[in-house]
Amino acid sequence: MPSITFIHPDGRQQQIEAGDGESAMQAATRNDVSGILAECGGNAMCATCHVYVAEEWLARLPAMSDDEDALLDGAAAERRPSSRLSCQIKLAVDLDGLVLNLPDRQL
Amino acid sequence: MSATSPTDPATSAKAVSAGVPSLDVDPFSAEFFEDPHRIHEVLREAGPVVWLNKWVVFGIARYTEVHAVLNDPITFCSSRGVGLSDFAKEKPWRPQSIILEADPPAHTRTRAVLAQVLSPTAMKGVREHFTATAAAKVDELLARGSFDAVADLAEAYPLSVFPDAMGLKQEGRENLLPYASLVFNAFGPPNQLRQEAIERSAPHQAYVAAQCQRENLAPGGFGACVHARADAGDITAEEAPLLVRSLLSAGLDTTVNGIGAAVYCLARFPDQLARLRSDPTLARNAFEEAIRFESPVQTFFRTTTREVELAGHHIGEGEKVLMFLGAANRDPRRWENPDRYDVTRRTSGHVGFGSGIHMCVGQLLARLEGEVMLAAIARKVGKIEITGPVKRRYNNTLRGLESLPITMSPA
Repeated sequence: MPSITFIHPDGRQQQIEAGDGESAMQAATRNDVSGILAECGGNAMCATCHVYVAEEWLARLPAMSDDEDALLDGAAAERRPSSRLSCQIKLAVDLDGLVLNLPDRQL
Repeated sequence: MSATSPTDPATSAKAVSAGVPSLDVDPFSAEFFEDPHRIHEVLREAGPVVWLNKWVVFGIARYTEVHAVLNDPITFCSSRGVGLSDFAKEKPWRPQSIILEADPPAHTRTRAVLAQVLSPTAMKGVREHFTATAAAKVDELLARGSFDAVADLAEAYPLSVFPDAMGLKQEGRENLLPYASLVFNAFGPPNQLRQEAIERSAPHQAYVAAQCQRENLAPGGFGACVHARADAGDITAEEAPLLVRSLLSAGLDTTVNGIGAAVYCLARFPDQLARLRSDPTLARNAFEEAIRFESPVQTFFRTTTREVELAGHHIGEGEKVLMFLGAANRDPRRWENPDRYDVTRRTSGHVGFGSGIHMCVGQLLARLEGEVMLAAIARKVGKIEITGPVKRRYNNTLRGLESLPITMSPA
């Protein structure tokens, strides 16, 4: 089971255990990580599960779809090169230790 | 429609062969509309899959199965209609929708167009105006004090922002709500509601067909944005009006019933209004929770494209499956205290907007309208009291009220 760490805007770190095949968003909502809203429930439609992926992990994630790319343009917080939607990050063993930074807002 | 008799041995055989309980409840009856929750519980507790004698279809009312079916659009298709009528056997009452009643890959292309027209970026463009209009509406209603929260708030507010955002002309807008009511009644079985709605539909259909044309849509509106995508080559010039029709069908009555549901919740649960008033940033979640709690869109159907096992039950090819979204949204297997309206609940995962590739494409617009209206109420309203008889409006798909007399007092 991959373990992932969310870093809140105030620097607080929250480590959670994700179930196999879960998305980072699903793991976050199941563990009540504030800062991940996921209004659309993981359907890549709302951009309220926006995260900034830690530099060293960025290249190890699968490429983003055009849908995700377009949605990130509309995200509430600033879009950065490390921006992803956490509902599109499927967690497998190879992502054990993944670090995701939370933006200051999702709306 | 030639509904097979419930006593037809062939149809009972389907229930027997699937090994599912057979129930006599009618989810499209006045009894059901008045109190769906009791029957929802019967449906959920009978089993993960049930057989509905009255309309000879399978039904699912538990969260897990509803979510699973919504997310398997290849097995449970939409192109044979998302109402009871099977387009493989019966001509649709209107030209088939090219997004709602379509499957991939055709659906993928049209969906991308509406998703872009109603994207988070597009919402930023209308947010300020929607917010100011909601605040002005609440001020006006507070000055009146007593009014009908359905006509004067739940209908009046979306009517004051949505048709303009679409780019519609002023004339004829009175057709919008009757047209939407017709569309949602038509997903139901051939009962009186559906038959009467279709019989009276001609003027509303003519109005909508005309407004879908490019020359009737103001520049900059959502309607014109759809037509612009035809110029870009993403859809054909013939497809553009049909996609505008989808926005007109599903973009108004749904938010009317969503906002109506939220106000009805706040009127019934003063502790939740107090919680919202203490933190107006809860407005968006309070709206979302009202969508879970009341599920303004109660049901949709899918049709099986092959033989399939669902929760261990065998369903043949070409079978209609009725999904009870409202029952899934109160399934105690998924939700803690499901019958409690809680503005702080983590609502993510509810199926009030559906789920998967057909999940409401206008959900961001709905949330925007709901959020800014509830935020205005949170800041300006101190008390909401129900002052007269609450009347339910009957529709085969939509759950909402006909009348909700209230008095609103300022904070």
